[in-house]
Amino acid sequence: MTIAQKRPTSSGFALDAKMRQRIDDVLTPVVTLLILLAIWQFFSLFNQNLPGPIRVVQETWKLILYPFYDKGGTDKGLFWQVFASLQRVAIGYTFAAIVGISVGIIIGLNKRIYKGLDPIFQILRTVPPLAWVPIALAALQQNQPAALFVIFITAVWPILINTSVGVKQIPQDYTNVAQVLQLPKSEFYFKILFPSALPYIFTGLRIAIGLAWLAIIAAEIVMSGIVGIGFFIWNAYQNGQVSEIILALVYIGLVGWGLDKLMEWLQSRILPGQR
Amino acid sequence: MKTLSAPESMVSTSKNPRSIGSTATADEFLVLKDVKKSFPTPNGEYVVLDGVNLTIKQGEFICLIGHSGCGKSTLLNMVSGFSQPTAGTVKLKGQSITRPGPDRMVVFQGYALLPWLTVYENVYLAVNAVYPDKSKGEKDDIVKEHLKMVGLLEAMEKTPPQISGGMRQRVAIARALSIRPEVLVLDEPFGALDAITKEELQEELLKIWNNSRNTVLMITHDIDEALFLADKLVMMTNGPAAQIGEVLEIPFKRPRDRSRIMEMPEYYKIRNYALDFLYNRFAHDDTAE
Repeated sequence: MTIAQKRPTSSGFALDAKMRQRIDDVLTPVVTLLILLAIWQFFSLFNQNLPGPIRVVQETWKLILYPFYDKGGTDKGLFWQVFASLQRVAIGYTFAAIVGISVGIIIGLNKRIYKGLDPIFQILRTVPPLAWVPIALAALQQNQPAALFVIFITAVWPILINTSVGVKQIPQDYTNVAQVLQLPKSEFYFKILFPSALPYIFTGLRIAIGLAWLAIIAAEIVMSGIVGIGFFIWNAYQNGQVSEIILALVYIGLVGWGLDKLMEWLQSRILPGQR
Repeated sequence: MKTLSAPESMVSTSKNPRSIGSTATADEFLVLKDVKKSFPTPNGEYVVLDGVNLTIKQGEFICLIGHSGCGKSTLLNMVSGFSQPTAGTVKLKGQSITRPGPDRMVVFQGYALLPWLTVYENVYLAVNAVYPDKSKGEKDDIVKEHLKMVGLLEAMEKTPPQISGGMRQRVAIARALSIRPEVLVLDEPFGALDAITKEELQEELLKIWNNSRNTVLMITHDIDEALFLADKLVMMTNGPAAQIGEVLEIPFKRPRDRSRIMEMPEYYKIRNYALDFLYNRFAHDDTAE
């Protein structure tokens, strides 16, 4: 502050430029959004089945204003719908992280196991989340565990594969140090292997959270009678409430974006500027 | 012209290996006997080293010099235990070397410090691995003693990416010496440093070595460095199938003073002899690589 007072012109100008940059950064997307909404509004004039943005807001303002209402059953506010879906994601994703990281380390360390399992993993990972749903429902009978399984099976692959790559890419120098010092296994895991593979593990975790969120929407849509944003969409479709679907899509997008930002923030906290 | 060739007494060739007894003595501390190392390639066997014989006394400072690709690192790897000879034996105190171990601690070319650990933790990792039975306080003392020795006590809470190349090198040396290895193996430790830091660290290494008197085996590309540091300069012929060409005794008394030894006529005699070996008799053949 003292510096700013001593040289008001130069720093004031710099502040001004920075401020302008900031405003520009916010304003550009906002203006773009408004233009896109206007285009959408324009086209909706010709198609009565697709409501324009104004009609969406008119038809859903209750949902927008009261996200916390709870009338029992599946008739709940959007906050509760999203919350229920996020809970499933949290459980399924946690399992995926535990299994993915530990199996990833095992196959990263053992060439033969890697050789045997890698082709199978490469095929399984391309199976889309929706394709797992019938199997999950048939095997587990109930909606809730089936939904968790679908999240797990979708999210586990990127975590597993990235972890194994990270383990395989531990620089020779570090393993040499471990060998010369004849480090005990536990020391090797916690002081060398894990920190070295961590950037890769995080990349996997970040891809996986996006996939998990994708998967839960897909899974819930086909599972009737549960609270969740996916089923909310399906229910709205059955009742012909297109505006509600659109509102839900906005929520899904915002939550997915938030999850990704959360992982990015975690990554920057745990791996401050490494490499 | 007589002054250009080294006196006969200074030179002992590998063609007269000392006889190896069944019991090791201080004179036969580290012994390489008829060592051959080859690697399989799609075009058949590639012989890196063949017929290498070298006997190192306990407490000797040995510098290894030769053109790149002549198998210096391969030789070092067999002493540190990262690889085994295809034929012949490498023995420390009469025991065949079969795997890496802290008794032959290596200062790696790229320092090989763990970037997520602090300077202190990097050294502690080694001390803790080698002395698991010592108390925390004792281990702490050892770490700090060695960090103090290399002048890094103040920087001990920093991580390797936060310190300079020269400092990292000193951490690597502190880590290596903290576990009191029988043999200290250094693979071109000063190669990546600027000239001033390099000279400082050479002097520091020598000072530390004067106290510890470990056996040192060090690769270098720098003849002046070798003349300043070593008891013996091992010069290798070019690969494939490289051998030890000659072993020069460096006669300067210790403790050495760089400017004093550089004024001695013998310094240039040995230096020119080594240069002649490297650049005339075994000049680097670029087409071979």
